Amino acid sequence: MSNNIFNRSLLALCLLSISSLVYADTTLVAVAANFTKPMNEIAAAFEKSTGHTAQLSFGASGKFVAQFENGAPFEVFLSADDKNPIKLEKSGLAVSGSRFTYAIGKLALWSSTANYVDDQGNILSSGGFKHLALADPKLAPYGAAALEVLKSKGLLEKLQPLFVQGENIAQTHEFISTGNAELGFVALSQIIDNGKITKGSGWIVPETLHSPILQDAVLLKTGANNPAAKALLDFLKSAPALAIIQKYGYGLPK
Amino acid sequence: MLTLADLDTLLLTFKVASIATMFMLLIGTPLAWWLARTRSAWKGIINAVVALPLVLPPTVLGFYLLILMGPAGAVGKFTNWLGLGTLPFTFTGLVIASVLYSMPFVVQPLQASFTTIGEQPLEAAATLRASPLDTFFSVIIPLAKPGFLTASILGFAHTVGEFGVVLMVGGNIPGKTRVVSVQIYNHVEALEYAEAHWLAGCLLLFSFTVLIILYTVLKTHPVAHQLK
Repeated sequence: MSNNIFNRSLLALCLLSISSLVYADTTLVAVAANFTKPMNEIAAAFEKSTGHTAQLSFGASGKFVAQFENGAPFEVFLSADDKNPIKLEKSGLAVSGSRFTYAIGKLALWSSTANYVDDQGNILSSGGFKHLALADPKLAPYGAAALEVLKSKGLLEKLQPLFVQGENIAQTHEFISTGNAELGFVALSQIIDNGKITKGSGWIVPETLHSPILQDAVLLKTGANNPAAKALLDFLKSAPALAIIQKYGYGLPK
Repeated sequence: MLTLADLDTLLLTFKVASIATMFMLLIGTPLAWWLARTRSAWKGIINAVVALPLVLPPTVLGFYLLILMGPAGAVGKFTNWLGLGTLPFTFTGLVIASVLYSMPFVVQPLQASFTTIGEQPLEAAATLRASPLDTFFSVIIPLAKPGFLTASILGFAHTVGEFGVVLMVGGNIPGKTRVVSVQIYNHVEALEYAEAHWLAGCLLLFSFTVLIILYTVLKTHPVAHQLK
């Protein structure tokens, strides 16, 4: 008897989950670590307005590319740069013509201690710290941009011995927020809340000091036939999404 | 081919593993001895603490260590007070993390080995009026030699293969904390698959050789059997 009830409820559960699949689609999205906060918000808005679901995975762009090449089931890729999406288009893993810039990254020098980083970034030349955190320049565009900033300020040789490198921008943020590194370069989006740096102290690095961090999105071949994947890419260009992107301190694509 | 930077990471990795193994033997031997002999109610708890790194994801251990050893953490405050600075991003910090991470691989074979020896040789030594220290060096160590070998090999090999902890507390500094597993990971992320293959192949060969030694040369000893 109780077994019967169990079986019936199991059946009901199965039917329920099937019915939810009929009405809306789910798409699997690989998102660059720096875009974590805005993307969570965009995905929620996307779900509300379209009924589709976006399942998000966050990580380093290079790692995602390696995973795509080996059959990872992601359908949409929001990269931290434009090089990886271009490469994917060339190698045929992405749908050609689907690539576009969804946000322009801004770099910040940040410390979890208040009044530590001045609003001109002069602390870089005055020194007094033992560790300067940045994302690995070889892997992460924010790391490469940080390197350019130090180069254009003529401080690279002096500060290189103090480098501690995060595998991606999220880990770099962790090094600084735990106080293990006194300061470091992060994505502005990681430390901004309602347009302001709310914790610690920071310097928003002028974009003249590094080449622009173009963050491109691309539709992967695996998602070519999923309406939810295409809908998400369209949604990224919509006014509500752009407002969220801007709120987190990104520049908008022209 | 292996680049110069790759060789540097290999060298650094073996340096970390050698020093960590030494400390693990120094700390692990008395600990394993106590665990093998004691009837204390604490035995279960200490056993569990030692075995924790076997079941915890290394990133959990690394995350806690990063916080504990950081300037706001208890250990970090202590090392700062000693004038040593904080430990993350340093070679010393890496060794300490490795010791914690690989400790069960040293303590467990030693403990098994000490348990197998039993009371009899100790009683015999006592009737011959050997001091406890003398007993330890001339009776227990020779009897537990296979246990020590297994412990050293496993502790060393496991430290060579560590990744998650290093990623969290290392900071990827060339020559100081950039070990071989991190270098492989970076090669893969930078899509340098050829370089990744070379290093990964080296590690595979190393690990396989170590395990062959363990299962063929040391196979006669019960400790090796207990490993699987």
